[in-house]
Amino acid sequence: MRFWLILWAALFVWTVQVSAVEPDEIMDDPVLEARAREVSQDLRCVVCQNQSIDDSNSGIAKKMRVLVRDRIAQGDSNQEVKDYLVSRYGDFVLLKPPVKAKTMVLWFGPALMVVIGLVGIVFYYRRRSAQAAQGQGVAVPLTAQEQARLDALMKEEGSDK
Amino acid sequence: MNSRIFFLIPLIGFVVLAIYFAIGLTKDPSKLDTDVLLNQPMGEFKLVPVKGREEGLSAEDVKGKVSLVNFFGSWCVACLQEHPFLVKLKRDNVIPVYGVDWDEKNPNDVVRWLARHGDPYTKIGVDDTGETIIDWGITGAPETFVVDKQGVIRYKFLGPISPQAWNDTLLPLIEELRKQ
Repeated sequence: MRFWLILWAALFVWTVQVSAVEPDEIMDDPVLEARAREVSQDLRCVVCQNQSIDDSNSGIAKKMRVLVRDRIAQGDSNQEVKDYLVSRYGDFVLLKPPVKAKTMVLWFGPALMVVIGLVGIVFYYRRRSAQAAQGQGVAVPLTAQEQARLDALMKEEGSDK
Repeated sequence: MNSRIFFLIPLIGFVVLAIYFAIGLTKDPSKLDTDVLLNQPMGEFKLVPVKGREEGLSAEDVKGKVSLVNFFGSWCVACLQEHPFLVKLKRDNVIPVYGVDWDEKNPNDVVRWLARHGDPYTKIGVDDTGETIIDWGITGAPETFVVDKQGVIRYKFLGPISPQAWNDTLLPLIEELRKQ
């Protein structure tokens, strides 16, 4: 039992967040280090696309982590550090794109789609219930062909009896 | 009939989105923002020399005339591809090319590289901290910047300079900047 518990716990060791921060990079002040980690997690490693610099072990990511820590040590706010990197690399360096005119569709498009869908559903059901209130849906008059066929069938049935 | 068209709307929407995303996938996202540094003055820097040399490179060296700043490394295969062209620029005395060497595993690597292939640079600085390459928004090598007399960045070229890119884009720009 004990063995299995330990094994079970060991499995979860893998799910502990892994970071690429190397021991020599870590700042002495744990508060500043925590801020550096927070900033690093929002910054894209520019050569690996979908990793933050906190996760990536690439050379540039390491250089950026060191730079983030240097700037924080010099008294920059988190936002100032990010602003500096955006001024060098553009919005691309942020993992979360900023809300601005260019990214409106990206941010609000999905919500807009949901709203359009909901409006569609509401209209659909309102029309259906309106039809139900009138009786059997909307009465569509038969075409001349259909009427002729119906008459023929009725006549047939009549002649059988 | 009307309601049938209505039901086609999601399908049409899907096709439009699919085409849009398919086009988006063909673009390299790191190249979408190459213009952020355009028309900005280059930052200050003071780089150490290549091992065994006396002179490094500073922002002051670059200013005063139209020049190229080329970010390279001995580890970079595409730099080697571009190398003969830079050597030719130097031989013909076309424009000063300043080199920023970065991300060397061993400081001797670049010494050997220059000895073997030739040194096309007017001056070379080594960015051993990464501060300068980040300040220039570098993502790879080679990357070449055209800097005007006032030290303002006028063009960022990603990848090895081809003779065609040189003749079509860089040279006309350089000649234009020289007139200013």
